Amino acid sequence: MSRLAPGHRGCPGCCDAMAANFVLEAAGDDVIVVSPTGCLEVMTTPYPESAWEVPWIHSLFENTASVAAGIESALKALGRKGNTKIIGLAGDGATMDIGTLGLSGAFERGHDITYVCIDNEAYMNTGVQRSGGTPYGASTTTSPTGKKSFGNRTQKKNMPAIMAAHGAPYVTTTSISYPKDMMRKVKKAVDIEGPCYIHAHAPCSTGWRFESARTVEIGKLAVETALWPLYEMEYSEITGVKKIKNKKPVEEYLKAQGRFKHLFTREGGEKEIAKIQEIADWNVKHYGLE
Amino acid sequence: MTDNPMEKMSVVEGSYATAHAVKVCRPNVISAYPITPQTHIVEDLSQFIADGEIDNCEFITIESEFSALSALVGASAAGARTYSSTSSQGLELMHEVVFNVSGMRLPTVMTVVNRAVSAPISIWNDHQDSISERDTGWIQLYAENSQEISDLTPLAYKVAEDKDVMLPAMVCMDGFILSHVFEPVVLLEQDLTDEYLPPYRPEHILDTKNPKTFGSFADPSVYTEFRYMQQKGMDIALKKIEKAVDEFTRIFGRDHGGLIDTYRADDAEILLMAMGSVVGTIKDVIDEARIDGIKVGLLKIRSFRPFPVEAVRKTLADAAVIVVLDKNISLGLNEGSLCTEVKSCLYNTDINTPVMGFMLGHGGRDISKGTIHMIIDKSQKVARSGIKVENEFVDVRGDLI
Amino acid sequence: MKIAIGGMVEPGSTRVNKTGGWRIYRPLYHKDMCIKCGICSLLCPDSSVKAQEDGYVIFDYDYCKGCGICAYECPKDAIEMVLEEK
Ligand SMILES: Cc1ncc(C[n+]2csc(CCOP(=O)(O)OP(=O)(O)O)c2C)c(N)n1
Ligand code: SF4
Ligand code: SF4
Ligand SMILES: [Mg+2]
Repeated sequence: MSRLAPGHRGCPGCCDAMAANFVLEAAGDDVIVVSPTGCLEVMTTPYPESAWEVPWIHSLFENTASVAAGIESALKALGRKGNTKIIGLAGDGATMDIGTLGLSGAFERGHDITYVCIDNEAYMNTGVQRSGGTPYGASTTTSPTGKKSFGNRTQKKNMPAIMAAHGAPYVTTTSISYPKDMMRKVKKAVDIEGPCYIHAHAPCSTGWRFESARTVEIGKLAVETALWPLYEMEYSEITGVKKIKNKKPVEEYLKAQGRFKHLFTREGGEKEIAKIQEIADWNVKHYGLE
Repeated sequence: MTDNPMEKMSVVEGSYATAHAVKVCRPNVISAYPITPQTHIVEDLSQFIADGEIDNCEFITIESEFSALSALVGASAAGARTYSSTSSQGLELMHEVVFNVSGMRLPTVMTVVNRAVSAPISIWNDHQDSISERDTGWIQLYAENSQEISDLTPLAYKVAEDKDVMLPAMVCMDGFILSHVFEPVVLLEQDLTDEYLPPYRPEHILDTKNPKTFGSFADPSVYTEFRYMQQKGMDIALKKIEKAVDEFTRIFGRDHGGLIDTYRADDAEILLMAMGSVVGTIKDVIDEARIDGIKVGLLKIRSFRPFPVEAVRKTLADAAVIVVLDKNISLGLNEGSLCTEVKSCLYNTDINTPVMGFMLGHGGRDISKGTIHMIIDKSQKVARSGIKVENEFVDVRGDLI
Repeated sequence: MKIAIGGMVEPGSTRVNKTGGWRIYRPLYHKDMCIKCGICSLLCPDSSVKAQEDGYVIFDYDYCKGCGICAYECPKDAIEMVLEEK
């Protein structure tokens, strides 16, 4: 099994490393992995070392899907495609912001690739700046709290919906806190011919400010509060939803993290929390989570 | 060797000659995005693919130039022979990837159909686009006519893919002037091209049976050496280009010169220097001026990167004045790029010849014979009484400024 | 070491970098309480918990960074984080 080799420079409890490991375990050895610039790349490949046991390539921050498409085309042209899976493994910034153009193109053209977004909800590699994946109310270094600010003003971009709109055979959300769910979905995706998209929620203890031991717990709270719905889509239709048994109020998720601390200490925070609860409620209704 | 070259000639558009040359090089992955004046090349290649004329080849109709070259990073690392073509804004959009490809030592070949850059937006020819990529670690070859662009294509692959070079190559042709003009050319023969250009067999590829890591992150303790090795690759490319030219001549029987070419340069007191299609006009003017007894000749640069310092010095050694024509400008220096290179090769040598720079042909402004005659006149004065103006724009319309 | 053209790197070579030195807390394994569920080895971001043939696990202190995830997620509290003695 080709998990990441130890010795990489990820923070203790690194969510990117966990995500990569689940992908690698599920996809097997006949894979070629493409990663953009970001934490995963920097921590796994400081020259002359590499934590990768499978063929792996990094080119730039915003071209993972295009590089993957090129590899797929090359293997086809050279008659070497066989059963080899080509997997993009990229951060939320690389996926939802700067790399969307190439990702959209690759999916529209229908390359046989699996693209996994490891969504730790900010640009962690450069010091926790806001991304299109940063949730409402989160404090980051470019959406800080201040006298006139309660942190980030926008909701997470609905990237899975955008990918589903391409008519991809398989689009799904998952979370590193549900490794079995994530591995099942990765396995399913790599076995489907055509472009598949997996959006994996990945709590980052450094960026979200919680104790590293609680990484899995935090991810579960996101799902249990309905802030991170788990669902599967095939050809743009929702085909599977993970129901929530005992839905928790969003406070339970928020209060566990330093990036939301201001919502509990500052006057007016309740109103902000209420807005976040509305987001969760919308998810419950929209995805039929209960 | 061919028996009668005229018999083998077809009258085709420059773009078609290029696309045909690419075809016979047997690329595995082509990835390109349309932009005037490059469009006909990718259209012709698409037609070849549609007609089943290129085996083992995938054409990616990609969504942008940035992705076009990015896809070739993956394809080339996976062991494919790769091709793209672009112009102007497309090349500018690619810029980040352009550096990346050469740093990763991926020998892709790209035809740059030279066009001015925006703003103001212009679809017409000059060299600002490829010149702006001068320092990216790509081999840059410039063609004078359709035959040369055609012949430089397999040569570019041969040099780029050489295991001691492993650098990408741009083959540059003037937009419209070459790309859209019909000229008689010998279309490259498949059998001769196969003899000339062996299949691409890189040492390291993305391979699940031999899983290597590509594109690591380099800290200050190793980064310098990566750059140093790229420069070494360029140094080696200088010799390999000469060698590839000789082999080309042996197999195809045609010769356009090596790193440089010269025309009536042996006894020339005035040496004009230029790249690309303007060389054709210059040669005509030289013939006319020679009739008037003016000792003028030409040094044509074919390889702008690597820059053939030695060959240039040797050719320029005996001239009384050197005149450089540039279809580009380094804004803020008021000088064209070739002029800068020429001056830098002469410094620290015994050659102390005046170098005059003329910037012309921007955004497709026609370069007439009259303009070249005027430049020769000016250079004669400089030869007699020394240089006063080092660089100047040519044919600027006083009525507009 | 010589840089290969393009800087290609050998797989799994981060193993030379022993990250165990980063550790502040150390996972202590109580084998008697372990039910061999394998959660710890699945989750460990540093591949430092290895399941043996008999299903019990061993910790690789050369690389374990002491993140505490294994201990926190162990359903039987068979892993305890203790202050690293240096
Ligand atoms: C074109 C470009 N812009 C900016 C950067 C700087 N940069 C490198 S990684 C990164 C953020 C990565 O964020 P994400 O994709 O979310 O991955 P993470 O590090 O959070 O896992 C940024 C902004 C870059 N390398 N290239
Ligand atoms: S403490 Fe963290 S790094 Fe150490 S073994 Fe447990 S999960 Fe792995
Ligand atoms: S998680 Fe706990 S019970 Fe499960 S294998 Fe690890 S130590 Fe044993
Ligand atoms: Mg991120």
